[in-house]
Amino acid sequence: MDDLLNVSNISISFTQYVQGLNQHVLKVISDLSLSVKEGEVVAILGSSGSGKSLLAHAILGILPENGNCEGDIVFKGEVLSQERKEQLRGKEICLIPQSVNFLDPLMKVGEQAIGDVPKEEREEAFKKQRDVFSKYGLSEEVDDLYPFELSGGMARKVLLSTALLSNPELVVADEPTPGLDSQSVKETIKDIKQMAQDGKGVLLITHEIDVALKTADRIAIFYSGYVIEINKTENFNDVNNLLHPYTKSLIEALPRNGFKLTEGVQPLDDVDGCPYFENCPIRDDFCKNNIPSLIEHDGVMIRCHKYNGEVE
Amino acid sequence: MNNRTKTFIRNKAIHFILLMLAVAIFSFVLLELSPIDPVNAYLKQAVISPEQRIMLEQYWGVNQPLTTKIWGWLSNLLQGNLGTSLIYRVPVVDVIVERFMASFVLMFFSWIISGFLGFGLGIVAGKNKGGWIDKLVKLYCYILQSAPSFWIGLLILIIFSVELGWFPIGMSVAIGTVSSDATIWQWLARLVLPTLTLSLVGVAPIAMYTRNELVNVLSSDYILFARARGESGWPLIERQALRNILLPALTLQFQNFAELFGGAVLVEQVFSYPGIGQTAVAAGLQSDVTLLLGIVLVSAVFVFVGNLLADVMYFFVDPRIRENEYLDKN
Repeated sequence: MDDLLNVSNISISFTQYVQGLNQHVLKVISDLSLSVKEGEVVAILGSSGSGKSLLAHAILGILPENGNCEGDIVFKGEVLSQERKEQLRGKEICLIPQSVNFLDPLMKVGEQAIGDVPKEEREEAFKKQRDVFSKYGLSEEVDDLYPFELSGGMARKVLLSTALLSNPELVVADEPTPGLDSQSVKETIKDIKQMAQDGKGVLLITHEIDVALKTADRIAIFYSGYVIEINKTENFNDVNNLLHPYTKSLIEALPRNGFKLTEGVQPLDDVDGCPYFENCPIRDDFCKNNIPSLIEHDGVMIRCHKYNGEVE
Repeated sequence: MNNRTKTFIRNKAIHFILLMLAVAIFSFVLLELSPIDPVNAYLKQAVISPEQRIMLEQYWGVNQPLTTKIWGWLSNLLQGNLGTSLIYRVPVVDVIVERFMASFVLMFFSWIISGFLGFGLGIVAGKNKGGWIDKLVKLYCYILQSAPSFWIGLLILIIFSVELGWFPIGMSVAIGTVSSDATIWQWLARLVLPTLTLSLVGVAPIAMYTRNELVNVLSSDYILFARARGESGWPLIERQALRNILLPALTLQFQNFAELFGGAVLVEQVFSYPGIGQTAVAAGLQSDVTLLLGIVLVSAVFVFVGNLLADVMYFFVDPRIRENEYLDKN
C-alpha cells in the first residue's frame, strides 16, 4: 500500500533576533522522517516541549512567519507546497488540537465547527455538524454553548468532531490526551482507533508512552530533534526487539518493566555527532563526530552507527 | 433582575456617591486654599469703603470656619443649588447646561469619528503587521500621541482657516451677529475644525490598542486552529478575531471620556468654541469660584459615566460573564 503521508528529512528552525539586529537560528527539528499509511495510526513519541507539535504545524502549513521548514512533505504522492497545504487543510488533512484554548472563546461551538461557509450552505453545514456531534455523544444543547462552558470531556469531543466534520483522509492529533481523566483517555484511544478502521491515516503526536502503545500501529521515537527509531508497536513489548539504546532505556524505565532509570538529559544545542552520544552506553569515537542517518531494516527504521543489521 | 445585577448597581451607586462627595469636598478645599478672593473677584477692582467690604464678606460668609463653609456648600449642592456665576450673573446650572450641550456635540462627533477611524486603522495595521501600512499607522499614532492637542489644533487652524480659508477662524458666530441669529450652517462650520482636531488626536490610542489586540489574537491558539481548518484572510479576522477585540476596544473608548474632556478644554480654547472647556478656562482666569466648582462636578460625572458604560459593556455583553449570570439564575 502506498503511503498516505510521507515526511522525509524535515528540519524546522526559527530565526530570532537577539540583542538588536543579531540573528540567531534556533533549530527545533533537525531530521524527522516518517510515513503514515491509510488505516494506520503512527505515533510520534517525544518529551514535552521538544517541538513535536511543529511537525503538525508544518504539515498544515501554519508555522509562524519566522519558522523555516525544509524537507519534503508528500501527501498521496504529491509534494505539498504552501498553497496546496492551504487548499487541503480543513478538508483532506485535519488537526485535532490539544485543548479548549483552541476554540474561539466568544463563539458558540456549533457555529465554530461549521467554519466559514456561504449563507446558503449554512443550514446544510449545521445539519452535518449535528450528525457528527451526535455520533460523539454531544447533545443538541452543546451547539449553543460557549467554549468556557464545556467540561473537559465535552471539549475533547467537540475538538474531535470539529476536526472530523470534513471527513478528512489524514488526521493529525496533536497531544489529544494530556490533562484528561482516564475515562476520557480511554475514549480518545478508542476514537482514534475507530478513525483508522474507517480508513483514515492518523498521525498521533504525544508524550504519553501508554497512549502511544495502546493506540498506534507504529511508533516513531523523537529525540533531540531527530527521529531515532520507528518500530512496530508489538516490538515495544519486548525490550530485546527494540533497536536504539535510547528506546530501550525508555521502555525499561516504565514501572512495569523495572523502573530502570538512565541518567542524562537531551542536548539542547545542535551536536556534531549522534544526538544520543552523551548518554549512550555503546558509543565510540566515531559516534562523536558523525551524525548517523536513518536506515531501514525489515520495515523498521533506526538511526545508530552501532546497529549492524541484527537485533541484539 | 438577579442578584449579580443588583450587586452591580448597588456597588456602582455607592462608588458614585463617594466619588462625588470626595470631588465636591476636595475641590472646595483646594479653591479655599488658593489665593482667589471671592470678594475681589466680585468687585473687579471697584473701589469700596472698608465697611462695605466687611458687609460683603459677612454676606458671603468669608470668615466662617472651613467646616461650616463645606457643610453649606454640600447642603446647597444636595438641593441642586450650585450658586450664581460671577461672570455671567446667571445660575451656574444654566451656564453649564448651555455650554455643556455645545461641548457634548463636539465631543460626541469626535468620539464616534475617532472610534471608527481608530478601530479601522488598528485592524488594517494589525492585519498587515510589519508591513508599510502598519509602519505608517504606527508613525501617525506616535506623532499624534506625543503632540499636544492644542498644537495640533493650531496647525489645523493655520492650514484650513488661515491658508485655505475654508472655515472661520473662531467664535461660534460671525462678529456682529447675535448667537441666536446664527444659522445651523454657520454653527456647523465652526464645529468642523474642533471636531477634526479632537478626532485626529483621539485616533492614536484606540488605533494602537486595536492593533496590539489584533496581533495578540492572531497569534492565539484558536486562530491557529481556525487556520488549520481552512479559514484564512479577511473572513477569518471578521469571523473569529473581530468580536474578541471589539469589546476591549469599546471599553477603552469609553474610558477615554476623561481624555476627550481634557482635549476639549484645550481645543475649545484654540478655536474659541463656546463649550464647557472654554468656560472652565474663563471661570478659572476670572476667579468665578461657583462656576469652576460646578464644572469640576459635571466633568467628574461625565468621566464616571464613561467608565460606568465601559463596565456595563463587560458586564452585559461578554458571554463569559453573561452566561454566569444565567447559571446563577438556575
